[in-house]
Amino acid sequence: MPSLDDLRKRITSVKSTQKITKAMKMVAAAKLRKAQENAEKGRPYSEKMNNVILNLSKSITDKENAPKLLVGTGEEKVHLCIVLTADRGLCGGFNTNIIKKAKSYFEKTISENKTLKIITVGSKGYDQLKRQYKSYIVENISFKESKNINYFDADKVGKIIIEKFEKNEFDVCAIFYNKFKNVITQIPQEQQIVPLNEDKDDKDDSGNDNDYEFEPDEDEILSNLLPKNISTQIFKAMLENSASEQGSRMTAMDNATRNAGELVDRLTIEYNRSRQAAITKELIEIISGAESL
Amino acid sequence: MSNLFNIDIVNPEQSFLSKDNVFEVVIPAVEGEIGILKDHIPIISFLKPGIIRVFSESEEQSFYVEDGIVEFKDNTLSVLTSSIFDLKDADKNFVSESISSAEAELSKDNIDDQKRFLLNHKVEVLKSISIN
Repeated sequence: MPSLDDLRKRITSVKSTQKITKAMKMVAAAKLRKAQENAEKGRPYSEKMNNVILNLSKSITDKENAPKLLVGTGEEKVHLCIVLTADRGLCGGFNTNIIKKAKSYFEKTISENKTLKIITVGSKGYDQLKRQYKSYIVENISFKESKNINYFDADKVGKIIIEKFEKNEFDVCAIFYNKFKNVITQIPQEQQIVPLNEDKDDKDDSGNDNDYEFEPDEDEILSNLLPKNISTQIFKAMLENSASEQGSRMTAMDNATRNAGELVDRLTIEYNRSRQAAITKELIEIISGAESL
Repeated sequence: MSNLFNIDIVNPEQSFLSKDNVFEVVIPAVEGEIGILKDHIPIISFLKPGIIRVFSESEEQSFYVEDGIVEFKDNTLSVLTSSIFDLKDADKNFVSESISSAEAELSKDNIDDQKRFLLNHKVEVLKSISIN
């Protein structure tokens, strides 16, 4: 049975933890709004980019000589995985969910005797993966210093990917991130970016019969556009990720605050009981002492 | 009949400019400047460093772009670019920094002709901005 003093200390400590989680929740909520706004603002760009590529790839007749970034190298031996995670913890299952998704992909790749290469973006992903997959990790990028998600950072990652592709270091490239659905739900995503998989869901059927004039020709535009598209996809993933991270943190901190509240209630009851028990004991002692006189 | 069409300039972070009352846009496409009027045929092209000029009924705006993709379809001109700024709020320091970084890039040996051409062009355009 803990003493009264112990209980009192415990209650104060839980209360101050509750204060911290509450503050973190508020901060996450404020950041979430901004991140969500950014994600929405960034959407037109990637959508338009997708449309243009879709239109372009339709008009390409010579599939054999099409840029490799679009159609692939024809092999599937080396898989490059880009795992996008947060730089900070305390956000519920956010990082773990991405890692879980990525790990199942890794296992599949390894069991099929294919070569696996991993690039981690964000320090949490690196921390979690380095124990098991240290030998596969080829690069670890972190954008801890940059306050906001910016395209410049995404472009850096994109350039690394392109460079590796040009050196024939991989055949297939997939990115892992959390898609923001709403504050409570974030869906871990696996998206293949090289070779480009047409997204069946957001296919735009409008104006497909449009005959475009291309200047210069399709191939040249595509080879200029595809590297940009990779950066764009990564940027989109980063935006989704940051909204998801804040949402996830908000929910996690909300739960933590509530749990702390419950804990405080329980501890208070226990504290009151033992205080009452002590008083009763003293009373009995006094009464029995008086009786014996 | 109005001779106006829409323009959307988007960069990865946000929608940069959206207007529905422009009658001419001049874009620095990679094979030379293109002037676009209403009912231009659908076109996809990409940009080299240069100035986009947007003429609307009331005003004329100019933007510096470094690269990007343009698509014209159904009387909507979409410009996708990652680097754009309004010439009116051009930052002198930024411009001169860009010039020097481009020049530094130029002095390297391992660049191909096309890149050299683009960089030269970029320096030229940026210098013309900084004079104004």
